[in-house]
Amino acid sequence: MSDFLLGLVSWPLAGLGCLFVVSGALGLVRMPDLYTRLHAASVTDTGGTLLIAAALLLHAIFTFADPMAAIKLVLIAGFTLFTAPTASHALAKTAMLVGQVPLDADGKPLLDSPEAASRLARSREPVEHGSVGGEEGS
Amino acid sequence: MSSATLMFGTLVVALLVTMMLTLGRALAGPTLFDRLLAVNSFGTKTVLLIAAAGFLAGRPEFLDIALVYALINFLGTIAVLKYFELPDAGSSTYREDDY
Repeated sequence: MSDFLLGLVSWPLAGLGCLFVVSGALGLVRMPDLYTRLHAASVTDTGGTLLIAAALLLHAIFTFADPMAAIKLVLIAGFTLFTAPTASHALAKTAMLVGQVPLDADGKPLLDSPEAASRLARSREPVEHGSVGGEEGS
Repeated sequence: MSSATLMFGTLVVALLVTMMLTLGRALAGPTLFDRLLAVNSFGTKTVLLIAAAGFLAGRPEFLDIALVYALINFLGTIAVLKYFELPDAGSSTYREDDY
C-alpha cells in the first residue's frame, strides 16, 4: 500500500480516536456526579482504544511489516473490549452497593437514601420504569 | 518529518493532555469511586501511550509492556472494588451469600 493511501486511512482513525479520548476526559472532569462521569469515561475509553489501536495496527502491518506487533495490538484491543465494560460495570455496582445515590437532571437524588441504593444493587429483580425509589422501601 | 511520525506524535500529545485531565479528576474526585474511575481510565490511556510512543520511537516491541500493563490495570481495579464490596472477605464470619 502506498504511503498516501495508508495516511488516508490511518489519519482519520487516529484523529477520531484522539477526539473520543479527549472528549471522554473532558466528560470525566466536567460531569456532575459519579454515574454520569462513569458513562462519559467508559464508553469513550473503549471506542478510543479501538480506533487508536486500529490506526497503529495499519502502521504495524504496512510501515513496520511486523506481524508480532500486529498480533499484540489485536490482543490489546480485544482485551480492552472485554475488560473496560467489565470494570465499569463492577465500579457502578459497587458504588450502588456502598450507597452512592444517583442524581437526576436537576441535581436531586433519585433514591431516598443510601440504603435504598444498596438494596437496589442487591436485588436481582429488574427495575420497572418509574419505580426507582421503591414505594415499599420509602 | 513523515506523515506516520507526525501521526504518532499527535497521538502522544493528545494522550498526554487526556492523562493530565484524568489525573485532575483522580486528585479532585470527591468520592473513592471517582478516583478509582479516573485511575482506571488513566491506566487505559497509559497502555495507548506506551504503544504510540513505541511506534514513535520506531520500536514496536514496546507493545509487550503495553499488553502487560493492560492486564495489571484491569486486575488492580477489580481487586480494589472487590475489597470495598466485601470488606470482610476471608474473615471467619464471611458468608458467600451476603450479597
